[in-house]
Amino acid sequence: MEANLFTSMLFATVVAGTPLLIVGLGLLVSEKSGVLNLGAEGMMAMGAIAGFAVAHETGSSWLGVLAGMGAGMAMAAVFGFLVLTLLANQVASGLALAIFGVGLSAFVGKPYESVTLAAVPAIRLPFLADIPVIGPALYNQQALVYLSWALMWGIVWFLYRSRGGLVLRAVGEAPSAAHAIGYPVIRIRYLATLFGGAMAGVGGAFLSVFYTPLWVEGMVAGRGWIALALVVFATWRPLRVMVGAYLFGGVMIAQLFVQGSGMEINMPSQMLSSLPYWATIVVLVMISRNATTIRLNSPVSLGQPYRADV
Amino acid sequence: MTTHTSPPAETGAGALRLEMRGIRKVYPSVVANDGVNLAVRPGEIHAVLGENGAGKSTLMKIIYGVTAPTEGEMRWEGQPVAVASPAHARGLGIGMVFQHFSLFETLNVTQNVALALPGAPDLKALARKIEEVSSRYGLPVDPRRMVHALSVGERQRVEIIRCLLQNPRLLIMDEPTSVLTPQAVRKLFETLRQLAAEGCSILYISHKLDEIQALCHTATVLRAGKVTGTCIPADETPASMARLMIGKELPVCEHGTPSGAGEVRLRLAGLSHACDDPFGTDLKDIHLDVRSGEIVGIAGVSGNGQQELLYAISGEEPLAEKYPVQICGVEAGRMTPDQRRSAGMGFVPEERLGRGAVPRMSLAENALLTAHASNDMLRHGMVNFAAVEKFSDACIRQYNVKCGGTVAEAKSLSGGNLQKYIMGREIMQAPRVLVVSQPTWGVDVGAAAFIRQSLIDLRNRGTAILVISEELDELFEVSDRIAVIAKGRLSPSKPTAETSVEEIGVWMSGMWPGAEATGEVRHVA
Repeated sequence: MEANLFTSMLFATVVAGTPLLIVGLGLLVSEKSGVLNLGAEGMMAMGAIAGFAVAHETGSSWLGVLAGMGAGMAMAAVFGFLVLTLLANQVASGLALAIFGVGLSAFVGKPYESVTLAAVPAIRLPFLADIPVIGPALYNQQALVYLSWALMWGIVWFLYRSRGGLVLRAVGEAPSAAHAIGYPVIRIRYLATLFGGAMAGVGGAFLSVFYTPLWVEGMVAGRGWIALALVVFATWRPLRVMVGAYLFGGVMIAQLFVQGSGMEINMPSQMLSSLPYWATIVVLVMISRNATTIRLNSPVSLGQPYRADV
Repeated sequence: MTTHTSPPAETGAGALRLEMRGIRKVYPSVVANDGVNLAVRPGEIHAVLGENGAGKSTLMKIIYGVTAPTEGEMRWEGQPVAVASPAHARGLGIGMVFQHFSLFETLNVTQNVALALPGAPDLKALARKIEEVSSRYGLPVDPRRMVHALSVGERQRVEIIRCLLQNPRLLIMDEPTSVLTPQAVRKLFETLRQLAAEGCSILYISHKLDEIQALCHTATVLRAGKVTGTCIPADETPASMARLMIGKELPVCEHGTPSGAGEVRLRLAGLSHACDDPFGTDLKDIHLDVRSGEIVGIAGVSGNGQQELLYAISGEEPLAEKYPVQICGVEAGRMTPDQRRSAGMGFVPEERLGRGAVPRMSLAENALLTAHASNDMLRHGMVNFAAVEKFSDACIRQYNVKCGGTVAEAKSLSGGNLQKYIMGREIMQAPRVLVVSQPTWGVDVGAAAFIRQSLIDLRNRGTAILVISEELDELFEVSDRIAVIAKGRLSPSKPTAETSVEEIGVWMSGMWPGAEATGEVRHVA
């Protein structure tokens, strides 16, 4: 019984952490290039409704994910035009994008309010899923969960092993120096921003197509903001984003379990519900407070508009 | 700096490596280049001489493809070209070492070099190539080290190596010696001469006349965007080149005899401070007295604790103890900057925009920020704008600040003019102690002389002045005593008359008599 409980909690933790991981990794890439897009919540909401609508109309969950990705990218393109071409303030534009996306998703999602989708069956990885206790939790998951792991390793490789990643980090650290040695700063930032939007859209679609699976207005429920915070508190390092995402998912599941178990505890339920938010941030701050690692990993030009000197 | 090779023989107009004809560049508010002609032969070290704002940097940006000229023609090895981007310039064989380095601090040397090369070079092979080039040209640098851990001189070497790996036929050096010890300057000159002897042309931008005389074959002088002359520096005197550069005689400072040092106004009594910034320098047991009526200079290669020292004295970085900083006998180590100002200290930080002045505020508002205690600027907690205006206006007139009046934003001023304003603002408050960091950094010759003279005049009125500077010439010009900071430690001080640039240069690498022979010093060469 104990082992079963642990397995199911671990399973739920991974599911709950996956959208944060996907969105966080996308934002990480975008921020590494120096673009701070606070509109993650809006991009996720648009990804969620687009994904849900397409999955519902076509019956294909994968087309839904693609639609979510497209919606997130479209939102990011608008943001990119504002802050990269028109040099608008990134913070203000990002906040506007968040509000806009949440509102627009509610509007276009009206016809789908409380419609549900058939649950998508999990994919069981042979042999790995037979490992006792953790096997069924980790290796009997949705395809997107596996893909999120691949994404993380892909980004680690891209940022720290590939030339493209080197250029991206250079642009985020010193855009004028990158320009001076001949890199198209604005184009690179556009690409990073679009990637961030695409991942936010996929994260949103994961929520509405695989996780719940239904559409309710406001279902993103602050996950975009949490993903943004995760990236900062993880000091822009992919592995720590994953730790943070699963930590958040784990505490979320644990407190839901405690609340649902009828256990006698002298704590208001609101306190329990807030637990995942502050526990994640406290832990990440604790593991990332070394001044040198912060300085080495944070993109110096984050949030600053860049205009080539002509 | 004594050997001087003659310029390569003239081999006809067709052999020019670079020719700029009638270059004109118009910015919305200023004509930066106006009909500039420039001709550089292969293997020539060609100086571009001029004050700040004379249009040197604009011209270089045009050559390097950072910006496009409004009018004019550029010929590269006889062919007309329009350089579209820095990448294009590098493709042609033009390399540039920037004054403010274009390196990425969080990457290592090899990665930094790789970023500037076309294609995707193999990093291990590249590291070997870097070592090869660095030993060939006497530019020692470890390819595996992170750039943030390098001294300024080492960073410059990385930039030069980065250019050399592209086999440039023209190398542009923008004010390269401002960050080097005299010994390192000599080494750099050797490297440049070696390069020139191998056929590489060098455009050497500077306002230091002695360096240009020691190094360059020919010079083109710019003033206010126009060419005022070309000359062979070896045949000129510094005074004649200065005339071309500033249009009048080089101003000289009236030093006068020290008024006989009075009582101690600023005392550093065993100042130690661990720096929060992981890339900063810890201050270690610094002792120094600055007396009324004297100027004490602190020399050093940048990044050896100058900034940290200024922050500790000004109060930007409060100390754990009270006693290490004493202002006019008051233990001030735990005071805020404002309290230290009240105790009689004024300070001028190195960073003009951001520390010395708020870039987006008007000059009058910037005056209010530090001078509010004086001149009746505050009445019952309210700002007396008339007084602020009057103070600011007086400062602009007395210190000859070229600007759009007291309402002009600080960032709209040129470096030299803003520095004059900031110096004026501090001096007009008649501080008992004045601490100045890099008083003439990036300031043109005329303004620099004016600022130095202001410092000397202030000393003659009895103020104790501490000048932290990386320009040795300046320290020798204004100081009564000189000390050296290296790796966060301060050498004993020596009267300026009893020391020499050579000796201070040796001290700058941490080797003064009685210095602890510990560890590697962040020195150059």
